[in-house]
Amino acid sequence: MDYYLGVFQTIGVHTLLGLSAYILLLTGQVSMAQIGFFAIGAYSSGVLTVIFSWNIYPALAFGALLASFFAFLVGFPALRVKGLMLVIATIAFSEIVRLITFNFVWMVEKDGIMVGAEGAQGFREIRYFTTNGWDSSQVVLLIWIFVAIVMAMLWWLDRVKAGAVLRAVGNDELAAQSSGINLTTVKVAAMTAGGFIAGLGGGLYAHAVSYVDHITFTILMATFAISYPILGGTKNVFGTLLAVIFIQGILIEAFRFLEDWRLIIFGLLIILVMNFMPDGLVSIFKKSNPGKGN
Amino acid sequence: MLEVNGLVTSYGLIKALRNVSLQAEKGKLTCILGPNGAGKSTLLFTIAGILKSDMGSIKFLNKELSKIKTSEIVKEGLVLVPENRLVFPHLSVSENLLAGAYSRFGKKNEVEEDLESMYKRFPILKERYLQEAGTLSGGEQQMLAVARALMARPKLLLMDEPSVGLAPKIVNTIFEIIKTLSDEGISIVLVEQNAVKASAIADHIYLLDQGEITFSGTPDQIEDNDIIKRAYLGDISES
Repeated sequence: MDYYLGVFQTIGVHTLLGLSAYILLLTGQVSMAQIGFFAIGAYSSGVLTVIFSWNIYPALAFGALLASFFAFLVGFPALRVKGLMLVIATIAFSEIVRLITFNFVWMVEKDGIMVGAEGAQGFREIRYFTTNGWDSSQVVLLIWIFVAIVMAMLWWLDRVKAGAVLRAVGNDELAAQSSGINLTTVKVAAMTAGGFIAGLGGGLYAHAVSYVDHITFTILMATFAISYPILGGTKNVFGTLLAVIFIQGILIEAFRFLEDWRLIIFGLLIILVMNFMPDGLVSIFKKSNPGKGN
Repeated sequence: MLEVNGLVTSYGLIKALRNVSLQAEKGKLTCILGPNGAGKSTLLFTIAGILKSDMGSIKFLNKELSKIKTSEIVKEGLVLVPENRLVFPHLSVSENLLAGAYSRFGKKNEVEEDLESMYKRFPILKERYLQEAGTLSGGEQQMLAVARALMARPKLLLMDEPSVGLAPKIVNTIFEIIKTLSDEGISIVLVEQNAVKASAIADHIYLLDQGEITFSGTPDQIEDNDIIKRAYLGDISES
């Protein structure tokens, strides 16, 4: 049972990470910074519950807000670069954050033991849930409540004009600009929202697994984050969820016997989907689209 | 209405516009003709604020535009229809139109009304309102691009080569649309390579060559000027 809860937990956290990249992908920004925002959310909310003994909810909120603040700051220089250059710039950001967590030491004594972040040793004992008597199914439920809220909000966003504006920028920046759309506002807003979602995911992850260190936040995770919406497609939010279930639930878990070969399949899969399902995995469930007639 | 004075715009070291001055009057169709690489698109991009000028002024309804952002310029009522029918290919026709009304955020009823009037003006767009814009034909995309610009309720419409890459029959339709808009009193600045068709509907013509205005006058004046006539219009009797 615990194994399945663990899988659900991973899928939930990765869905948040994927959705944070999804909203940026709508505006045409391929961002590898999501894992950096995730790390900021994880560490800052961890510090708050462990060192300052905050309640989990304000700590998660603070972690998400801090991550979105950094995303806001990253949003401005990100405006100046596109495509591959943006990928490299955002990798640089994530690496900076990772190296900061690698060197980040903030320990205090609590009840006779030292707790907090210990540089390269990582940040252990983020035990809010266990000390407050949550069992793992409640933790998984909490994660999925947040996943549902974020998905509902992004789904709603796509039903109102804001979604069309994000997609307009992703479709054609020049045309968006000449329609009077303020590129700066739209792109920075998307980056900020993406940072918030990633930060929230990071906070939940840190508390669910009770231990994070710099190895959690490598480029591989950033690649996963951006792969989900690419693989799932940007038609709607369910594509990202589907891709996470497919990668984390089926490819990683069900094919454990293939060991490291799974990563090769992962790469192959992205190429196949791009070629044969340009609208992403979500197109499996697509009914005939009335608009797209010939 | 629009007054451009001494405009200089460059791409790095290359000056694409050197000291361009021109005027567009209210309710008139002003046409800018010129060969490839003359700086026509650069001129419209600079007026629309997408490119920044090095020197010179752009006054629209007595307001200086050269230092403000494109999104603000659209709010002032100056809207560009970019070249090559840049519609949003993966948005539906109706979403494309609504995106055009971005600058009028909050005026929902008005926007709805305009949407209906666009569908009346271009019935084909109504037929296809759920269809992804990328699946429309070239002519339909150009209509959509024009309609999207009109959704911003422009006081002055800047059109960048609306006829480029379209079949001759469709080109005629597009020029009819431009003529109709102009007859309705919408002020237009039209950039074209199709000199014959453009000069047939223009009120005033500028010739732009290598970043400089080389002629300014009415279509009749071009008719009287043999050199320009031959260089830009060819022999009209043959075409």
